[in-house]
Amino acid sequence: MSTYKAHFRVWRGDAEGGELQDYDVEVHDGEVVLDIIHRLQATQANDLAVRWNCKAGKCGSCSAEVNGRPRLMCMTRMSVFGEEETITVTPMRAFPVVRDLVTDVSFNYAKAREVPSFVPPAGLAPGEYRMAQADVDRSQEFRKCIECFLCQDTCHVVRDHEENKAAFAGPRFLMRIAELDMHPLDAAEEAGLDRKASAQDEHGLGYCNITKCCTEVCPEQIKITDNALIPLKERAVDRKYDPLVWLGNVIRRRP
Amino acid sequence: MTQVERHTYDVVVIGAGGAGLRAAIAAREQGLRTAVICKSLFGKAHTVMAEGGIAASMGNANPHDNWQVHFRDTMRGGKFLNQWRMAELHAQEAPDRVWELETWGALFDRTKDGRISQRNFGGHEYPRLAHVGDRTGLELIRTLQQKIVSLQQEDFKEHGDYEARLKVFQECTVTRVLKEGPRVSGVFGYVRESGRFFVMEAPAVVLATGGIGKSFKVTSNSWEYTGDGHALALLAGAPLINMEFVQFHPTGMVWPPSVKGILVTESVRGDGGVLRNSDGKRFMFDYIPDVFKEKYAQSEDEADGWYADPEHHRRPPELLPRDEVARAINSEVKAGRGSPHGGVFLDVSTRLSAEEIKRRLPSMHHQFKELADVDITAEPMEVGPTCHYVMGGVDVDPDTAAATGVPGLFAAGEVAGGMHGSNRLGGNSLSDLLVFGRRAGLHAAQYAAGLDGARPAIDEEQIDDAAAEALRPFSAEAPEGPAENPYGLHQELQQTMNDLVGIIRRADEMQEALDRLATLRVRARRAGVEGHRQFNPGWHLSLDLRNMLLVSECVARAALLRTESRGGHTRDDYPEMDRDWRKLNLVCALAEPSEDLLGQISATRRDMPPIRGDLLALFDQDELLKYLTDEELDR
Repeated sequence: MSTYKAHFRVWRGDAEGGELQDYDVEVHDGEVVLDIIHRLQATQANDLAVRWNCKAGKCGSCSAEVNGRPRLMCMTRMSVFGEEETITVTPMRAFPVVRDLVTDVSFNYAKAREVPSFVPPAGLAPGEYRMAQADVDRSQEFRKCIECFLCQDTCHVVRDHEENKAAFAGPRFLMRIAELDMHPLDAAEEAGLDRKASAQDEHGLGYCNITKCCTEVCPEQIKITDNALIPLKERAVDRKYDPLVWLGNVIRRRP
Repeated sequence: MTQVERHTYDVVVIGAGGAGLRAAIAAREQGLRTAVICKSLFGKAHTVMAEGGIAASMGNANPHDNWQVHFRDTMRGGKFLNQWRMAELHAQEAPDRVWELETWGALFDRTKDGRISQRNFGGHEYPRLAHVGDRTGLELIRTLQQKIVSLQQEDFKEHGDYEARLKVFQECTVTRVLKEGPRVSGVFGYVRESGRFFVMEAPAVVLATGGIGKSFKVTSNSWEYTGDGHALALLAGAPLINMEFVQFHPTGMVWPPSVKGILVTESVRGDGGVLRNSDGKRFMFDYIPDVFKEKYAQSEDEADGWYADPEHHRRPPELLPRDEVARAINSEVKAGRGSPHGGVFLDVSTRLSAEEIKRRLPSMHHQFKELADVDITAEPMEVGPTCHYVMGGVDVDPDTAAATGVPGLFAAGEVAGGMHGSNRLGGNSLSDLLVFGRRAGLHAAQYAAGLDGARPAIDEEQIDDAAAEALRPFSAEAPEGPAENPYGLHQELQQTMNDLVGIIRRADEMQEALDRLATLRVRARRAGVEGHRQFNPGWHLSLDLRNMLLVSECVARAALLRTESRGGHTRDDYPEMDRDWRKLNLVCALAEPSEDLLGQISATRRDMPPIRGDLLALFDQDELLKYLTDEELDR
């Protein structure tokens, strides 16, 4: 098994400020960036703060920026970097730092609460729900989301524009609206709730100009822009004019 | 007097996995003010790691299925050591708990006629697991999370405050359950982010903290699984049962080293994956134990026929309960017939098309591709046993989930003991979380409501003690010698448990483990950390060590006492199952609640309640003879 010393620069600090610190640390075959952060923690920096849970790309806790790119540290293999390359690990930029690599992601939980929940259909008892697989496929794709918030982090609407945060739910929660809108048994409409209109009017769908940054960083490879946001824009267009729908129609939905 | 942040609730739930969230929903629906405390962010709990599905006898895939068949399978899987009343309630209520999820927005995979699809799994007679590809746990946790949000939205409409009646305190750790006399009065803990202490006054506390896997080196469990609830119960005076039974899942990844132990779902086998050794032999046929001989195929042809025509073929032996498969893999590797990285081969590529594999097992495909450079649609995986689940846990009343001996304390999910006996069937965990999570929340709420105004009071001295205990790692140096690195101690603990109280056990090794644990306990008192209290993982680990050492001692002590092999407890020196041991639980408690907070564990034998006659009647006499003593059968 081969081993080498890698050069890491890790952001250390808190809400008051901080800086990149240099570390030389051992790397073994098959390891991922999170392994190296853990080795640092165990051997050189006991108090290095980092979130993680499953270490298998299923929980979405270890989000950070590796060489400037939003990624899950547990799914970023060291073998994608050269042995001489300096690897820089910084916290997600769109959210306030708590400490080191840990950020305050409460923005996302606040936005989650603003999306009206699933409305169960009247007259169907538990056990009586019938849905075809083809009809649940679309919403199931969005429910693969592990809430790593990398899409929220990378979205330029809020990444460097704190002032947009109040009016914009972000890709993850616009996708949640699309998911409910496409749910075959959601009875929102019967209850007087127009999900498409609310996406536009209350959750800032109009801010999205479909640059697909969210799709590019999604570790679950969900086609957020093509399959959730553009269709939502198309549906909203009956009520509101949105010039970007034209573009959406040019870049057709992907399988 | 220690200054702490104070909150008052009716019910406090510790843990935000499937059991904790389901309990919180139940308590809130009773109209009580409910708090959920969790170590991670809301929605990240270990339940997201569950892959295969939720076992519930809805009968969508095979109309012959019903709760009695599910009950039978569960008892067989647990080798009849299960708390039978829990197994009964679980089998009866699981379908309702799954259907309820659909009314909260869950989207399971569908059958052709639009109902919830159900898949095959080890030990289940019929296809029984409701699933969403191989990410069922994520669907479960997200659905419960979104149900909680919807309840909060209702409260917002009514009170103008989302958190009026249900609040999640995320990234907080509870270190002590507080009591007045025998009764629960609240909990003490710290906020991970700031390190600030808090106290919640509450007459009812639900433990839903999951398992203990982080005491073992090779495990599928995340950092959260440090046995917190098990230890909180012990320290509060509530005993644990069945701690010797630890499930080693047969298929964890074995390479690369950094992912060793990460789970490979049983669905791979349920959907047709076969196990082969380095000779290319499908070895599981050699490992069908006598108690299961009639139920499993004896040849490859028969096994292969089962996938298409289960009515006329017996099941492939790859679908034996997990304990059997894990031992078989262990034996093959020990006999020198393992794969290059010390596992065996698991191959699904020969039975399913690449498209089908990607559809049914998307996250396995992704996981192997990304982490091991293996394309499971074209080549076999290398897999080996990994510590996955603890069957043992808090001794509870089967109907109410109330912990023995401590009024106001409840436990549900992995932290509770009894339901799964000596070995849990795959798919029975998610259903367990829902069935007993709901029961725990409901009964905790009823208990709290029944107290009226007469609630137990918080004892300030207990707060001072808890605060002093939590701060010890910051002043760990002299005079006892230099501070110990908590990470080093943790590694030694994991190595000890893995090597000496692992999948195959021997008396001398377990005795050695107990000696090493005693030394580690003394050293852990000197675990020290640098820095300050704000999000300091070294400090958190130092505190978690107390819990891991307590539960590890329970496992080792109970395992040493049980001189037989059964389910998740295999003795090299006592390889046979012994009917006399079937009706005995080993009960672990703090030996002497003394000043030594690390305490010591006593393990004592206790008779199990006899299985009710109508439940016994579900089995053939011949089968019962393998498990029950003649006296029991005569009754």
